[in-house]
Amino acid sequence: MIDVQHITKRYGDRTAIERVTFSVNKGEVLAFLGPNGAGKTTTMRILTCFMPATEGTATVDGFDCTGQPQDVKARIGYLPETPPVYQELTVSEYLTFVGRLKGMKAAALQQRMPHVIEQVSLGDVRHRLIANLSRGYRQRVGLAQALLHDPPVLILDEPTVGLDPKQIIEIRELIKSLAGSHTVILSTHILPEATAVCQRVVIINEGRIVAVDTPEHLSARLRRSEKISLTVKTPPPNFADRLRGIPGIVSVFAPADGGAYLVECALGRDLRDEIARFVVTNGWGLLELKTISMTLEDVFLRLTQHEEGMGEQGSSAVSQETGT
Amino acid sequence: MTPAQAIVAKELRSAYTSPIIYVVAAVFLLIFGLLSFMYVQAAGIRAIQLIQMQGGAAKINLNDLVFRPIFYFSGFWILPALLPILTMRVFAEERKLRTFELLMTSPVGINHIVAGKFASVFLIYLGMLGLTGIVPVVLAMFNNFDWAPVLTGYLGLLLMGALFLAVGVLASAVTEHQIIAVLVSYGLLILVLLLGVIGSVLGDTPVGNTISYLSFIEHYDRLVRGLVDTKDLVYYACGILFMLFLTHRVVESQRWK
Repeated sequence: MIDVQHITKRYGDRTAIERVTFSVNKGEVLAFLGPNGAGKTTTMRILTCFMPATEGTATVDGFDCTGQPQDVKARIGYLPETPPVYQELTVSEYLTFVGRLKGMKAAALQQRMPHVIEQVSLGDVRHRLIANLSRGYRQRVGLAQALLHDPPVLILDEPTVGLDPKQIIEIRELIKSLAGSHTVILSTHILPEATAVCQRVVIINEGRIVAVDTPEHLSARLRRSEKISLTVKTPPPNFADRLRGIPGIVSVFAPADGGAYLVECALGRDLRDEIARFVVTNGWGLLELKTISMTLEDVFLRLTQHEEGMGEQGSSAVSQETGT
Repeated sequence: MTPAQAIVAKELRSAYTSPIIYVVAAVFLLIFGLLSFMYVQAAGIRAIQLIQMQGGAAKINLNDLVFRPIFYFSGFWILPALLPILTMRVFAEERKLRTFELLMTSPVGINHIVAGKFASVFLIYLGMLGLTGIVPVVLAMFNNFDWAPVLTGYLGLLLMGALFLAVGVLASAVTEHQIIAVLVSYGLLILVLLLGVIGSVLGDTPVGNTISYLSFIEHYDRLVRGLVDTKDLVYYACGILFMLFLTHRVVESQRWK
């Protein structure tokens, strides 16, 4: 549905994004993840034909963003970073204007508007001036604007910024419900959001793509060992050493204050069964045993901050945990 | 409804609640009304003088004594001073408030956007100008003046205004600061006005005539004196289209920065 090939954008001699390549399948929800200033907005602006790329090609539904911008624009609903609202209009006046601007027929607009207002729950403010709405409502008006002409592709630049937690959940549910029938690209720097709503994540840093994968694969790919947290009621004094005797265990980190032991096993081996049996048969009292999976947050930080250390065995964060 | 019409409708809706539009319209009407009052009063004094000198009913020409000075003053002073304020927000505000992204990512040609923006300020100006019509209508009740030069004068005001608005729209497109947009329009208008002065200094030479032609002074002057000449109409039409064409290029080029 969306195909981006080697796009580069330079502002003067500053390169905003460099040779960015990715594609999005029909019906997929893709998250653009990256720190501020990584090039997320720039990429989105190129896809929405707001500005052309310096090099490379981007196509949406087979239409080229540079050559056939009108066809591309007609297929995209775009929510920019700042919701593009006119403060002097009421919500329904604004949406009417947007509908006309998108070339919707009066009848279609009449039919579609109540539905969209319902989707983003703007019903109770539809006759209020946008100037008097809070940030969260304005954000939702912006979202309504993007959804209004029912485009097959949605490009949402930080859609949940400024919303309260309840609204965030509502909007995420909305985006999830759009998946399948719509192709969605959303940018965010909130990691749980990407895990919650997206099938694939593109991590971008300093204008380059550093990883494209599903959230699960990403954390799996960067995990170098299986880690298990273990809490035992009455461990013997040499518990850590005795644990190391189990084949497959690489290291054991004993807590100073009697908390959870951190057990590191060789990659691909699940030793929970053995550890449990070992503790229980000795009668030390097994309280808790769980695997520690790397969250997307860890992946993100590692990819964007410890790039140079990626090939090494374990980053600073991990070696600190294991205490080796 | 085409996108251009949608933009016009939205702009007029915004203008309806914009204090700036009301202030500009009020000042315009106030000055126009004041000028009319002053010139009519002056014409009255002149009439009394004529009666005293000639001793019978004097025939005074309102076209010469009232309308022509009003048209000159309006065209050369009021319009250049006020119209840039009317146009300053059309593009600058969109860019400042980031609504420009909505326009530029909608399936709307830039020519529609420019046409819609220009048409909306033109309609507002048309409304303001229409309200000044009360002056000739009231005067017509008391004096038999010649309507033809009044109407050509209005045509002149209409075309001059449209040209100034086109210049203002262009100025608004180059910046996101409304104050800068106003100052750029003032600069451009003064420049074109100066061309007329330079042209008249150079006199009736080919270069002088060419430079004079580029300024709006002589074209407006003919219309106010009641002469409708094709070359003047062509001048205004070309000037307006050229300014709008430049606006189109400027808006287009902003994508490439």
